[in-house]
Amino acid sequence: MRKWQCIVCGFIYDEAEGLPEEGIAPGTAWEDVPDTWACPDCGATKDDFEMIVL
Amino acid sequence: MKASSAPTPPLIVIGSGLAAYTLVREWRKADTETPMVLITADDGAGYSKPMLSNAHSKGQSADDLIQLTAEAVAERYQAEVLTRTEVLHIDPTTRTLHLDNGSTLVWGQLVLAVGAEPIQAPLEGDALNRVFSVNDRLDFARLQSELQGARQVTIMGAGLIGCEFANDLVSAGFEVDLVAPSETLLSGLVPAEVGDALKQALMDAGVKFHLGPLLSRVDRSQSGKLQVSLTNGQKFATDLVLSAVGLLPRLDLARKAGLAVNRGIQVNKYLQTSDPSIYALGDCAEVEGLVLMYVMPLMNAARALAKTLAGEPTAVQWPAMPVTVKTPACPVIAYPPRSTGAWQIDGSGANLAAVCREGESIVGFALTGERIKERNTWLKAVPPLLAS
Repeated sequence: MRKWQCIVCGFIYDEAEGLPEEGIAPGTAWEDVPDTWACPDCGATKDDFEMIVL
Repeated sequence: MKASSAPTPPLIVIGSGLAAYTLVREWRKADTETPMVLITADDGAGYSKPMLSNAHSKGQSADDLIQLTAEAVAERYQAEVLTRTEVLHIDPTTRTLHLDNGSTLVWGQLVLAVGAEPIQAPLEGDALNRVFSVNDRLDFARLQSELQGARQVTIMGAGLIGCEFANDLVSAGFEVDLVAPSETLLSGLVPAEVGDALKQALMDAGVKFHLGPLLSRVDRSQSGKLQVSLTNGQKFATDLVLSAVGLLPRLDLARKAGLAVNRGIQVNKYLQTSDPSIYALGDCAEVEGLVLMYVMPLMNAARALAKTLAGEPTAVQWPAMPVTVKTPACPVIAYPPRSTGAWQIDGSGANLAAVCREGESIVGFALTGERIKERNTWLKAVPPLLAS
């Protein structure tokens, strides 16, 4: 499982946790997050995310 | 040369912050032909301003925050980027910009993305050159070099930026004093109980608060440190002062050009100023009376404007957009009410859910700690910021 960080605001998408409150189940890989999804903190789109190494 | 073969006048964007670069990226997706010129007073490096108030504790330097250099922007977006260049005057009659290097440029469409300016608090003393504010990446570079060898930092202001820097610098090991005239933190954004929860979390992390008085003087002391004086008579030592008392939209260029201005540069839902070929975007813009100086409205507006400039008029539609306060000691998400209502607070300690109701309607909310997970529930319940 990986983590992805929004390059605009720093929000982290953790694949292990998903975003259940947005209908994205725990364990959802980044590739499977819908293209229409936007960062909940700043509205940046999927294109604006990059992977961070932990 | 026939008129039909005359070059298309460029889209000119003044500014190189998040508003300008989000617009440039989105607009180039829709229009790959029209020439573009970007004019910026700084080095033109693309970065995200919200990252500045969280970078120091992560060990990131100002240069680490650069996502695209000006050269990379020029290449990727087929743009001419004029760095370290000031626009002296905008002439709407001839659609001409006058630059400080003596040259002039004619625009087809012009976008003002000039941002906002930190408010300078009226201070006295002989060490005012030790008072800093961080409004862009180069300011942040200066702050970081000043923090070398510093141990004590005094922050002025208990708003979003003051609180974020307090959290970041205390996490980085500095002794932080925070001075503000308000009785609570984030006043205007959240109810007092929520501000107090954040305050307690920051106090537990080591921040010392001086709420009520103003900081009035910054003087050198014999120890080599600074002495700050508050209006309540209190004095204490510090190494540097970071001012975060608020921002004002930059209006000078627009005002001198005769464009309608109020708190910001006044624009309609298409982000069009009182001159139809000039638009304003981001922190400098007042959209239908709203000046929202945070990132989500800006990103949203930049996408709409990109379409409009590419020939598909698109009104800004702002849903309910919460403000995220990046204070890891006690994260806060707020949607301040635009009307008066009564707050109800649920929860305890650092985990609060505050909801503001006017009659039966939910008009605002503020969440802290674990309760920030409820953001979507409450976002669905509140009215949009700017409906179509």
